[in-house]
Amino acid sequence: MSENLITPENLVYKKTKSMTDRILHYCPGCGHGTAHRMLAEAIDELGIQGETVGVAPVGCSVLAYYYFDVDMQEAAHGRAPAVATGIKRVFPEKYVFTYQGDGDLAAIGTAETIHACNRGENILVVFINNGIYGMTGGQMAPTTLEGMKSSTSPRGRDVKSMGSPLKITELIAQLPGTYFVTRQSVHTPANVRKTKRALKKALEYQKLNKGTCFVEIVSNCPSGWKMTPVQSNKWMEENMFPFYPLGDIKVPEK
Amino acid sequence: MKGNEALAEAAIRAGADAYFGYPITPQSEIIEYLMAENPEELTGMVVLQAESEVAAINMVYGAAGCGKRAMTSSSSPGISLKQEGLSYIAGAELPCVLVNVVRAGPGLGTIQPSQSDYFQAVKGGGHGDYKLIVLAPATVQESVDYVKLAFDLAFKYRNPVMILSDGIIGQMMEKVELFEQQPRLTEEFEWATVGKKPNKDSVIVTSLQLQSEEQEKVNLRLQAKYREVEKNEVRYETHNCEDAEYLFTAFGSCARITRKAMEMAREKGIKVGLLRPQTLYPFPVDAFHQLAGQLKGILTVEMNAGQMVEDVKLAVNGQTKVEHFGRFGGMIPSPEEILNAMEQKIIGG
Repeated sequence: MSENLITPENLVYKKTKSMTDRILHYCPGCGHGTAHRMLAEAIDELGIQGETVGVAPVGCSVLAYYYFDVDMQEAAHGRAPAVATGIKRVFPEKYVFTYQGDGDLAAIGTAETIHACNRGENILVVFINNGIYGMTGGQMAPTTLEGMKSSTSPRGRDVKSMGSPLKITELIAQLPGTYFVTRQSVHTPANVRKTKRALKKALEYQKLNKGTCFVEIVSNCPSGWKMTPVQSNKWMEENMFPFYPLGDIKVPEK
Repeated sequence: MKGNEALAEAAIRAGADAYFGYPITPQSEIIEYLMAENPEELTGMVVLQAESEVAAINMVYGAAGCGKRAMTSSSSPGISLKQEGLSYIAGAELPCVLVNVVRAGPGLGTIQPSQSDYFQAVKGGGHGDYKLIVLAPATVQESVDYVKLAFDLAFKYRNPVMILSDGIIGQMMEKVELFEQQPRLTEEFEWATVGKKPNKDSVIVTSLQLQSEEQEKVNLRLQAKYREVEKNEVRYETHNCEDAEYLFTAFGSCARITRKAMEMAREKGIKVGLLRPQTLYPFPVDAFHQLAGQLKGILTVEMNAGQMVEDVKLAVNGQTKVEHFGRFGGMIPSPEEILNAMEQKIIGG
């Protein structure tokens, strides 16, 4: 009886081909795993696993190349958009993406981010913004909210001495080199679906040679924020989203 | 042709796939020449002006990781900025060529020629135990020939190769014979990220190891490679060494001036020879070691405060006296000064 059920038309779920079988090292409740999965599913659905080259950052997702089952390069801290530029310029026909956190993309790598986007490199930049340095143990990030506590802002981020949280995505959207800029999240099933649609669209656009596609995913960091996963998602909705509102920021002109 | 321009032409002819650079004196002619020649039309070679030296070397990393012939160039302050990327390239065992048209430092220094980046070039430069293969041209012709050699060595050993030029070689004009246009690479290397092949593991270009045991294995593999390089790739030139009682040694542009000093010494009846290392890493250790027995002394002439002299001393290992003579800060020694230093420091000293 059960054998008869295993037929293609009955398939409701299968393993994501563009992800490996390795166990993710991310903390329980962290958004990275879901974000990885959505990007991998987008790659699967477009059938471009063999034509994709990814660039991993330095940060929590430094080992992203263990989880994505595509060819990948590990970049120095903040340099992923430059590495991706090198790849895309010699392989213009490949799909090239970077996967970066807020410290990597918006602090140490700000110049590389802005200039790759300004040149309109035909790459996808996936930007995970959780407002904290997760891997090094919860230090202040460029996107840490005003008043938010971290191990290097123990009394809360004081914008007078530490600067304001950087809305790099809005800044990027101003550049003529960017084609599609959006901000999403992966904390509810509906948002997960939206994120996946955005990632898939961004990869598809890469074939048009119209410029950089930039997908920010506002995410949580239960360990760095010192909250349970549920608390962290609630805190994210109440504090992160008002400052980093979800939705498309720049969409291709019809 | 002008040294820098000849070198740029050699990059096109060597079948380079990509050049990423950032302007800095005295080497900006390299990127200017490449932009003007537009090799993208001729051979498909990519030429891109990066936003910084840091970005340029990381673009090289990306292209090299795809198994392509990638190259960058700069001058001393810019080469310092590239050290992070170079360390990653060496760690990930990627092939690439970089050119340092050296100017005097430290800091912003002057734009005048110098050899003060010797240590940085031959001892690694960035963090971690690694080596660059370092070629030191003394002529515009060698600047050209070494570009091709550098790409060959880079791919033979999957290691970054530096051409250590200086403001003299880069800026002077000489007659030069250009080699024929070489085809660009069509080979797909199994270590390169070209897109995952069905039924094969994905390719990962990285210098990261989480376990010390694994990192030590990487270091041991690198060291074994460097021993091979030391065995196979030493290049140097000798003049009048057969009957020499004294020896000059110098590299690059300084070796040309030193050669004149040697000829002047010979006219005075002083039996002096010249050894010019063409590879600074691997260093011609055996050549020095073998010559040392017949010598009463060696004078190392450098446009720095004494850098190669340390490697000469290590090679000679106490067999004979070794002294250094240098001008620095962009000052260029005259043959008379050099001969005088030989007479004062070695013969009379």
